Amino acid sequence: MLKRILPHPLLSLSLVVTWLLLVNSLSLNSLVFAILVALLIPQATRAYWPDLPRVRHPIKILGYGLLVMHDIIKANIDVALIVLFKRRADLRPAWICVPLEIRSPEAITALAATITLTPGTVSCDLAQDGHAILVHCLHAPDPNAVRDDIKARYESRLKEIFA
Amino acid sequence: MNHDLPLWADLAVSLFLVLGAVFGLVGSWGLIRLPDPMTRLHAPTKATTLGIGGVLIASMLLTFARDGVVSTHELLITLFLVLTSPITALFIGKVHLHLRQDRSALPRPATGAGWAGYTAEGPARGVRESTRSSTPPAGEAPRTSD
Amino acid sequence: MMVYALGFAAACFGLALLMNLWRLVKGPEASDRILALDTMVVNVIALLILLGIGLGTAVFFEVAMLFALVGFVSTVAYCRFLLRGDIIE
Repeated sequence: MLKRILPHPLLSLSLVVTWLLLVNSLSLNSLVFAILVALLIPQATRAYWPDLPRVRHPIKILGYGLLVMHDIIKANIDVALIVLFKRRADLRPAWICVPLEIRSPEAITALAATITLTPGTVSCDLAQDGHAILVHCLHAPDPNAVRDDIKARYESRLKEIFA
Repeated sequence: MNHDLPLWADLAVSLFLVLGAVFGLVGSWGLIRLPDPMTRLHAPTKATTLGIGGVLIASMLLTFARDGVVSTHELLITLFLVLTSPITALFIGKVHLHLRQDRSALPRPATGAGWAGYTAEGPARGVRESTRSSTPPAGEAPRTSD
Repeated sequence: MMVYALGFAAACFGLALLMNLWRLVKGPEASDRILALDTMVVNVIALLILLGIGLGTAVFFEVAMLFALVGFVSTVAYCRFLLRGDIIE
């Protein structure tokens, strides 16, 4: 019954928070409208997202978010330094292929977004069977080190979060 | 407009404004300076996000120092940009792969399957189905030796 | 102090817009042009927020948010058009 009304509880919760941030006030009528939005939108989109993502440790998402935020700032400084001071001839762009151990679509999406937001890497494509991800590096003298870093730093954490 | 601002707020807002502006400028400078389309993708997607983040933090600080209320619209814009910039980067990378990239220069996945953007079936839609069944998906090619 | 910082930031983002425009006009590939347009949208959002700070109103946040939404959708639509020859399948 609860699953009928709330197919995606986390989506509904984030919709309530987003709506309250959007109207920028915490009054009763905006809360009612937020709940209305949070009930209707998951219903309208449930056909496109039939399965619930299986999250094992919701608390660890917070820690992961902080780690990614820290890495985004570091990434920006790194990329800014490369753009400003690295000579074109010294730049070593590389394509690398990161084999994946995580399988759930939500985990792969999170990993791809993290890769794009963090130091000098952009995720570009997924293997057809979903077992590898194609990553472009801005400056990678040692592509294998970048691959191992992605696997150790992000993928292992995502594997703990998503079942 | 800022006669009644305390000094710390004035300095902090100025600092974040300048930081954000510098990062925004560096991102666009990278768009001009870097040598090929894939490397050009790196600079704007990252540096510009932080640039706009700095400006938004400055704006939040200013509203807080002047009116004593926390404005949440800035948070929402930052959140939205952080969520969407990987998607636009992925799409632009895919366009480049699709139109120009020499396919033999790309590394191959270890399982032997092709990259989803280049196969006739398109992107992998059935990832979850393939994890539930124990047998490998039908489209998976055997491991190649090279 | 803040007035000078505002002026500096506005000059930086304006210059950034000009650079993006150069890449948009020159950019040898379609992906470069899309990227330049996308970066222009982000820089325009920054300029709008600076304008809001300068005029001391909160009206421009709605404008900036709409710009962020429309810019994202238009970038994705342009990319999909080039990838599939169709936007809505």
